[in-house]
Amino acid sequence: MNKNIKFIQGNEVCVEAALYAGLEFFAGYPITPSTEIAEQMASRLPRIGGKFLQMEDEISSLCAITGASLTGHKAMTATSGPGFSLMQEALGYAVMAEIPCVIVNVMRGGPSTGLPTHAGQGDVNQARYGTHGDHAIIALTASNHQDIFRMTVEAFNFAETYRTPVILLLDEATGHLREKIEIPEPGNIPLVKRLRTSVKSGIDYHPYLPREDGRLPMSDFGDEHRYNVTGLYHDMWGFPSDNPKIVYGLIRHLVDKIENNSHQIARFRKHHVKDADVLLISYGASARSALHLVENRRSRGEKLGLLELQTLWPFPVDIVREACNNVKFTVVVEMNMGQVLQQVRLAADMPEKIFLANRIDGELITPTDIRNILRVIQGKGV
Amino acid sequence: MAVKDYIRQRFFPHMWCAGCGHGIILNALLRAVDNLGLNKKNIVMVSGIGCSARISGYVDFHSMHTIHGRALAYATGVKMSKPELNVIVPMGDGDALAIGGNHFIHAARRNIEMTAIVMNNRIYGMTGGQFSPLSGYGSMGTTAPYGNIDHNFDVVDLSVAAGATFVARTTTYHVHELSDLIEQAIVHKGFSVLEVLSQCPTHFGRRNKVGDAVDMLKVYKKRTVRIGSEKKQTDPDLIERGVFVKKDLPEYCREYDQLILKARQNR
Ligand SMILES: Cc1ncc(C[n+]2csc(CCOP(=O)(O)OP(=O)(O)O)c2C)c(N)n1
Ligand code: SF4
Repeated sequence: MNKNIKFIQGNEVCVEAALYAGLEFFAGYPITPSTEIAEQMASRLPRIGGKFLQMEDEISSLCAITGASLTGHKAMTATSGPGFSLMQEALGYAVMAEIPCVIVNVMRGGPSTGLPTHAGQGDVNQARYGTHGDHAIIALTASNHQDIFRMTVEAFNFAETYRTPVILLLDEATGHLREKIEIPEPGNIPLVKRLRTSVKSGIDYHPYLPREDGRLPMSDFGDEHRYNVTGLYHDMWGFPSDNPKIVYGLIRHLVDKIENNSHQIARFRKHHVKDADVLLISYGASARSALHLVENRRSRGEKLGLLELQTLWPFPVDIVREACNNVKFTVVVEMNMGQVLQQVRLAADMPEKIFLANRIDGELITPTDIRNILRVIQGKGV
Repeated sequence: MAVKDYIRQRFFPHMWCAGCGHGIILNALLRAVDNLGLNKKNIVMVSGIGCSARISGYVDFHSMHTIHGRALAYATGVKMSKPELNVIVPMGDGDALAIGGNHFIHAARRNIEMTAIVMNNRIYGMTGGQFSPLSGYGSMGTTAPYGNIDHNFDVVDLSVAAGATFVARTTTYHVHELSDLIEQAIVHKGFSVLEVLSQCPTHFGRRNKVGDAVDMLKVYKKRTVRIGSEKKQTDPDLIERGVFVKKDLPEYCREYDQLILKARQNR
């Protein structure tokens, strides 16, 4: 069979993958550098009978996809920093009400309007902590088109598996980069379908009663079971409650269902990590430069390795700790002031051996930038 | 069916104060739904946050109690993804027109088929009596201790200007009219707005010295008239009740169906 090879932007890959995953509903508001996703959706979705909505802002965009998810449809929105900031309250609602959906944030330089057309990776912490209150979140990223495809599909899969919003953190550099991608054949990447309740009509269905495996079967709005959805603490019926036992049980459930499955959710790539004595840890566009350097240095016999993270949240603590323990020192490569660095230091047994190679000037970090910092750390001068 | 068949008895007693107008609206709404013979599984009620928004917990429909001001945005997602559902969106005046004002005008502009009920008690009840964009000049609230200098929106004018294709107003005193107008609003194929003047004796009544719930209802009786009433000519401050706008214009979900056909032909 002919392979389906395309030469497209990262943002377009995200669209292809979302449709592959079964996306039926998209709502968004234009913002650089994510706009191509909305534009493509406007063209593609109606052709398959899906719905594209251009809403009045990013708040309503996330609200609309949350509503659409409750009627049983896979739903997504895409934005960038300022829009992601606006979404934070509605994100918390989707967490609390356990409504699957996917939010793409094609990161640009921040804060505020910042650098609309330049790459940044400054929203890693916002993805984790942006909405108020204790909670857990899943956030994924990718550095190349094949992986953007994979991680977009994974985002939908995790959203359904854990009944939660999932954030896909892309960046301007990969979003706008054109490169080759082979679109997988249908069925090549497994898809997680909406888990629907088997409780028959007329018998009580509890929308917020987890099964033994922790999953919560859903029932579509419009089907027989009628239930209440709320952002207040609620009981198994979805009815508001401030009973301390119920409150405690729900917050534990919301956090544990994700944190206790961090091994299942962890996605990463190891490049020459096994025998490395110096380790780079990176993700997204930065990981492209890190990989370039690793391969270049390997060809000269230097034992450099790269741990490329694709799951950023829940942070893959054990994987990072183990990788750091086996090397002389570790350098985290990213385009912010050390958001993942902070997590790596927390994970590592010897935080004093974790260093940062970053750029925060809107320019893509280059292999030479990383190389220069490595030389400084190694006492070789610049 | 009896009205009680439309409520979730498990979730009672309700949280509203004695004399609150919101319960009257709930009652009228259930009568309207019963009269129309709607199937409960085809109704979704989406609300925001406020005393008014709690109404969605008490009805035995699919219900979504969301975040402050955004009910119409959630409802838009529900309706667009399953247009066969009847979507009812009750909102407080702050919910609908302060924090949610932008969603309100855009939902009206799209003419998406849903029923927006503005439960207008002219105050923020849930947070304890602050003024709202519908309180009006000179009214008192905890955040307007010297009298409000903010002017109010007129819900009817605003809705008409924004493009709502059914716009009506009534009060909690006029209960038969209320349930009749809710029926009409639900049946209307487009975005319908029903403003219901609803008393909050606890905060508006007390702070503005209007008296208790009964006194407030008497004000609705005395100070409102049917649209076109001659009394209005001699007493222009009277508030009109009835249907202000009812027109047939292309509805958003049906427009989208046409768009899908077009997109498929262009493939
Ligand atoms: C984003 C946000 N801001 C503020 C609040 C606090 N809040 C809750 S209800 C409410 C106003 C309620 O007034 P209204 O919408 O008129 O409804 P009522 O309680 O009078 O029925 C406010 C300001 C909130 N919940 N969320
Ligand atoms: S505070 Fe006012 S609006 Fe809220 S329940 Fe009491 S009377 Fe009703």
